Amino acid sequence: MAQPIVEVRNLRKTYGDKVAVDDVSFAVQPGEIFGILGPNGAGKTTSVETLAGLRHADGGTVRVLGIDPQRHPEQVREHLGVQLQEAALHDKITVGEALRLFAGFYSRPADPDELLALLDLTEHADKQFGRLSGGQKQRLSIALALVGNPRVAILDELTTGLDPQARRSTWDLVERVRATGVTILLVTHFMDEAERLCDRLVVIDAGRVVAEGSPAALIDRLDDDRTVVVRFGTDDAARAREALDRLAADHPDVSRVEELDGGRGEIAVSGTPRVLFALVPALAEADLVPDDVRTVTRTLEDVFLAVTGRTYAPQEEAESALVAEGARS
Amino acid sequence: MTTTTTAPTARPRGSGWHGFGRLLTTETKVWMRDFASPFFGIVFPTIILLGVGYFIPGMREPITDAPPDSVWFGLTPIATFLPTVLAMAVGTASLTVMPVTIATYREKGVLRRLSTTPMRPQGIVASHLIINMVTTLVGIALALVVAEVAFGVPVPAQLGVVLLATALGLSAMFALGMMVAAVAPRPSSANAIAMSLYFPMLLLAGLWTPGPIMPDLLRDIGQFTPLGAAAQALTTGWFESGFPTLQMIVMAVWTAVLLPLAVKMFRWS
Repeated sequence: MAQPIVEVRNLRKTYGDKVAVDDVSFAVQPGEIFGILGPNGAGKTTSVETLAGLRHADGGTVRVLGIDPQRHPEQVREHLGVQLQEAALHDKITVGEALRLFAGFYSRPADPDELLALLDLTEHADKQFGRLSGGQKQRLSIALALVGNPRVAILDELTTGLDPQARRSTWDLVERVRATGVTILLVTHFMDEAERLCDRLVVIDAGRVVAEGSPAALIDRLDDDRTVVVRFGTDDAARAREALDRLAADHPDVSRVEELDGGRGEIAVSGTPRVLFALVPALAEADLVPDDVRTVTRTLEDVFLAVTGRTYAPQEEAESALVAEGARS
Repeated sequence: MTTTTTAPTARPRGSGWHGFGRLLTTETKVWMRDFASPFFGIVFPTIILLGVGYFIPGMREPITDAPPDSVWFGLTPIATFLPTVLAMAVGTASLTVMPVTIATYREKGVLRRLSTTPMRPQGIVASHLIINMVTTLVGIALALVVAEVAFGVPVPAQLGVVLLATALGLSAMFALGMMVAAVAPRPSSANAIAMSLYFPMLLLAGLWTPGPIMPDLLRDIGQFTPLGAAAQALTTGWFESGFPTLQMIVMAVWTAVLLPLAVKMFRWS
């Protein structure tokens, strides 16, 4: 493999007696979209802030383009574009002014007009920041991260607060940016975003890496459990439950049958990858015609459940309070 | 580590100040879109001067109840008010405008955002020092022109003392403004701290009891405050003889204490 463009080894950061980052390691290859995924307060932002030279770690090593951003932040900043979580501009600065202003800080900046076009902002160039929509602000924020012609761009929670359509167009945009050769470090608490965009990712929980790999590989690595959900009308529900319970008792490929919450008469049938083969003949034999059948697609949420034993809940109050405290210190 | 292939080719020019010229012009343009900031810094002292001069009876009548051999005899009360107006000009942008701007930038994350670029966040603080300093000088110039044209205020008796008092007053008040900017966690608290300093300071600078009519107690307290010392030193330089040593030292000490402290305590996020 090539020399990693970003490398974090055994990163540790505490605020007082609270541990924000316990032990985080990962390496990003040039040209990747690399994800850092985890619930709020897991230590994602602290990790990337250390990469950007904004914080000093208590332990471990960090390298961006082979440089230690904590010792030589000025050497890293020229080549690392950062889009921070919250928008940070004067309300009265225009889109064009902001881009030209930031372009002036770098020795080899991108052409602001080309960036405006890439981010669909050309028609808003004279609009003041305070009058932009959430999606437009986010696109400007990405443009500012790219205006220095960086080799690596950190995008932190870039679709938080956007409507579904704006999220999808932002995702397209990230892929367009990667196509220009920029390595992207994507920090997110959205599982679907990570699954859709990332070539590889780390899942961070409570300051530690709990899973690492490509989204597909992580999902494939889950145990071979499959689930099919069937729904019956009220007339058949009781009979169906009985037949399926019997199936679970008798058939080696069926391990569990459980009624789902929600009162819609849905029954989940779980087992080996062959559970579907067992289910269909059993239903046919009893002449039970389901109103609806669906297979449950496994996602990174299942990966999170498997590695942490907890259901994925992105907003974990206690831990986000910890980050807020860290930001203040 | 030997990473010659991935190391950046060259150190950026000017190491941390590349693009400062554009930063300063952009900040100036954007800052002027806020009507209130330029207005208070430039026009407010002159409005007070005009208001006092035209709406308070007798301000333009020569003083005749002072002893005929005193420096005040024959001067107009509005002339003795000018040092207070100048001190007010020195204290307005520095204390009521600049700290709020900087606290706002801190709260909105502008300072932190800048820390991720090759530009140092000090650049934006420096921009606003320059902007408010220039605003203050324009405000002083405007007040002087209006004082001359509208009220025929005499030229200073000791120009050197007036210039030195102005310079030291500027440095002391901007140091105080930086101190407020350094410690105020939010724009609202910056504003609250600034206002609770600004009005007592204006009192001690003679806004309600200028020059010769200031009670001794106020004068004694005022000479130890940056703005009171500035007004007293300006009064001496403008109308009297002698050098206001104590007042000059007071302003220099405020600067020498507050400026390093502000730099040390300044929070970027």
